[in-house]
Amino acid sequence: MAVRIETLTRRRSWTTRFGDRLAEASLLAATAVGLIALTVLLWTVLDQGATALNWPFIRNFASRIPERAGIWPPLVGTIYLMLLVTAASFPLGVGAAIYLEEFAPRNRLTSAIETNIANLAAVPSIIYGLLGLALFYRAMNLGRSLLTGALTLTLLVLPVIIIATREALRAVPHSIRLGAMALGATRWEAVYKQVLPIAIPGIMTGTILGLSRAIGETAPLLVAGAAAFVAFTPDHLLDAYSALPIQIFDWVRRPQPDFQALAAGAILVLLALLLTMNAIAIVIRNRYYRRNR
Amino acid sequence: MATETFTLTSHRKRPVERAIKIALFGCAAFSVLITVGIIYTLLVDTITFFGNVSIVDFLTKANWSPQSGSFGVLELVWGTMIITVGAMLVAGPLGVATAVYLSEYAPARVRRVVKPILEILAGVPTVVFGYFALNFITPELMRAIYSDCGIFNWGSAALVLGLFILPTVASLSEDAMRAVPSSLRQAGYGLGSSKLRVSMRVVLPAALSGVVAALILGISRAVGETMAVTIAAGATPQIAFSPCASVQTMTAYIVQVAGGEASTGSVEYGSIFALGSTLFAITLLLNSLSIRFVKRFREVY
Repeated sequence: MAVRIETLTRRRSWTTRFGDRLAEASLLAATAVGLIALTVLLWTVLDQGATALNWPFIRNFASRIPERAGIWPPLVGTIYLMLLVTAASFPLGVGAAIYLEEFAPRNRLTSAIETNIANLAAVPSIIYGLLGLALFYRAMNLGRSLLTGALTLTLLVLPVIIIATREALRAVPHSIRLGAMALGATRWEAVYKQVLPIAIPGIMTGTILGLSRAIGETAPLLVAGAAAFVAFTPDHLLDAYSALPIQIFDWVRRPQPDFQALAAGAILVLLALLLTMNAIAIVIRNRYYRRNR
Repeated sequence: MATETFTLTSHRKRPVERAIKIALFGCAAFSVLITVGIIYTLLVDTITFFGNVSIVDFLTKANWSPQSGSFGVLELVWGTMIITVGAMLVAGPLGVATAVYLSEYAPARVRRVVKPILEILAGVPTVVFGYFALNFITPELMRAIYSDCGIFNWGSAALVLGLFILPTVASLSEDAMRAVPSSLRQAGYGLGSSKLRVSMRVVLPAALSGVVAALILGISRAVGETMAVTIAAGATPQIAFSPCASVQTMTAYIVQVAGGEASTGSVEYGSIFALGSTLFAITLLLNSLSIRFVKRFREVY
């Protein structure tokens, strides 16, 4: 196609060709803005954060003195949150997706649930924070605990996991289900023994991407009562906790350049964590595609 | 899904199978429970709040100073609105131009590289965008134009928010443009149009509802975004035009109150739920509008 167009346009007048080139150049420039912005952003963080980044910074506790401040409690808090949120949201989300994709009759109730999930996925994250504050913090009296934070984030990622899992299930050819059931499997047996093993890489990719978004969330945790200054790592579910984004926010708000450097250091750790999760998701996805080809 | 398969299984009604099905339904129904929970918790405290503060004053007055008991939301709405408009002025044109380039001009190899990189930008936590506003946008860009710009200003908030939304707009618009059948493009070329003309007069109009849906979703994201605007725009509720002025958004106020120690049941505490309800209503409206545009687009192709 491209070749034919080239020959067509080559015969046009010089001015039109010039206009076309100019348009292409400006569109390319617009595309470059996003890429340049990302580069500058990463450079700013690296430039300022690299000096802060060392082993004591990772292992130290919060401190009012910049030289002694570290990110150990928020780092541990973020990892605990990640594990708890995965444990709670993965079974619920996958279960909901299996129901909607494999079992649900086509009726009003089903489509109401589907619309509801689509809407939930677009609710601003701070609203989940208000829900966590009213429901877990206050009504269930869990206070500023790790559990409050984990439950709040669970509600936040659930719609994302459901949507990703449904896509993975939909990609499994229908003949697999029919084949299993023709051999006498029940619907659940077909899903559990045939469909899920095929869909699991896609489900995991979607889940990891959803979780990596949740881990970077600040607003819901802040509103639902995460603390910025915690002098210990949480021992059990009802302990107070901090998380990396909360610690970053706390440091970013302080005017002294030393604290901005600490914030940049913590951002580097957070970005490294997110990058690792995304890399794992991509590796799983690539393996899955190769196997299916 | 085919009817024959249902008759096959219905011959063997096993209790375990039934129990599993009910449990899975429970998982799906749980999502409805979340929505009910959100609406219920928002409404309860909002209603209590409007028992203390007149709803008419709340919606029509532009004076937000909770300490002296006046809750005129328009000052916060202004903060949210002006930053959203600023962000869309960045993300709208750049996002659509990026989409046109990636969909119509870029070789497949370039697109395969550029799209994931842009998606990294969308995956950066917004608290990082706040840091970027304070440590780069304000000192390097804002002060290059307005030399006496304060550290907290809505201009920088709008710029970083625009960058945050750009990939969403670009990616969704590009999907819409790529879904336009190539026969339309061929017809355009057949009539002797240049590539630019085909892109602008054929592809863009054909993909318009998809592009509009992407823009609306971008607006909805900007309205609900919290951390970048809290960090970059400061905490001064006021109606101000200068990009160097500090403003407060609805979301930034929620963070300020919830992060502090406002006692449960106080009017201030109630006010964040009233703002939450307002925010929820606005974003729900925008999202349904966006979904409607996407549906219309799908019906055409």
